[in-house]
Amino acid sequence: MKDTTLVVAGMATLAAGTYAFRLSGQLLRARISFPPRAAKLLEAAAVILLAALVAITALTEGHGFSGFARPAGVLVGGVLAWRKAPFLVVVIAAAATAALLRLAGVR
Amino acid sequence: MSSIGRTLGRDVLRDIAVTCLAVLFIGLSYGATAVASGFPLWVPAAQSVLVLAGASEFLFIGIVAAGGNPIAAALAGLLVNARHLPYGLALPDITGPDITGPEVTGRGWRRIVGTHVMNDESVVFALAQDDLPGKRAAYWACGLGVLICWPGGAVLGALIGSAVHDTGAFGLDAMFPAVILALIIPDLRERMTLRAALAGAAIALAAAPFLPAGLPVLLALAAILPLLRQRPSGVTAEAGATAEADGKSGEQSVGAR
Repeated sequence: MKDTTLVVAGMATLAAGTYAFRLSGQLLRARISFPPRAAKLLEAAAVILLAALVAITALTEGHGFSGFARPAGVLVGGVLAWRKAPFLVVVIAAAATAALLRLAGVR
Repeated sequence: MSSIGRTLGRDVLRDIAVTCLAVLFIGLSYGATAVASGFPLWVPAAQSVLVLAGASEFLFIGIVAAGGNPIAAALAGLLVNARHLPYGLALPDITGPDITGPEVTGRGWRRIVGTHVMNDESVVFALAQDDLPGKRAAYWACGLGVLICWPGGAVLGALIGSAVHDTGAFGLDAMFPAVILALIIPDLRERMTLRAALAGAAIALAAAPFLPAGLPVLLALAAILPLLRQRPSGVTAEAGATAEADGKSGEQSVGAR
């Protein structure tokens, strides 16, 4: 590690800024009274963010494609969850599918 | 803690425990990656406690290890973490305008800690519960669990190092997206939400090759626009009608499943 002071400054920036994001959404929510419809839309917005996060973490690595093993694992987990399989089964099946595909040489 | 157990029931608690275990495994790979990239143990240890947001920490470590400026790496991490602002907006205060304030996190020191433990997992578990006590209990149980498991995993991973560096071999990289996907699936059974979520995912994927990390996910929020143009009762086929008929139960019907 080259410059400890600069790294600490970077870490502090990231920590403080992240906390500010976490706090400001709540404070905004407390200041404004939302009609039920707006509250529903905000919850839908969170679901959209999470869905996009799933797509990005499942399918990309850096700016490129993650390879087939990981999205295949996530897909198996997703299908099991859609069919209401227990959560533990979903998570283990996702990891096991990706691991077995890689063992079989699929990247 | 016992009241959290009573509120949530064993099934939800078990799901939260599984999620925290997955977080611990990802923490192992984070700590191992950090020391393998030349950082001393205290960097992933401090980051995991103070930032407590995995993707941004991986990114920070990666950029600095590649010779990037740490401040620039922090700004890139902040871009990834900007989604916590809309998360805070989405957390409910379903008691209405009479009681203002972040109802899920609470006040005073609870607000301070409760704000810090806001992350993908605690938010998704809170959204998945039907009523405010359930949301609050799930948020705290998962948030505190992650607060223990993420730094715990990071320190452990930094100590055992290269043994867990190749997380791909165990498929651990498939766990995080699978956890989040499983938890939003009840919401996705609503046709309008499913359509918006798919559109958001498509937007993010289309933008990923070109934009810095974090921005594609934020850009996905554009998928909310078609929902804004719906007539109020058309937001969701059945729950929207309930919300119109009874404003107080509107928020609950969102989470009902």
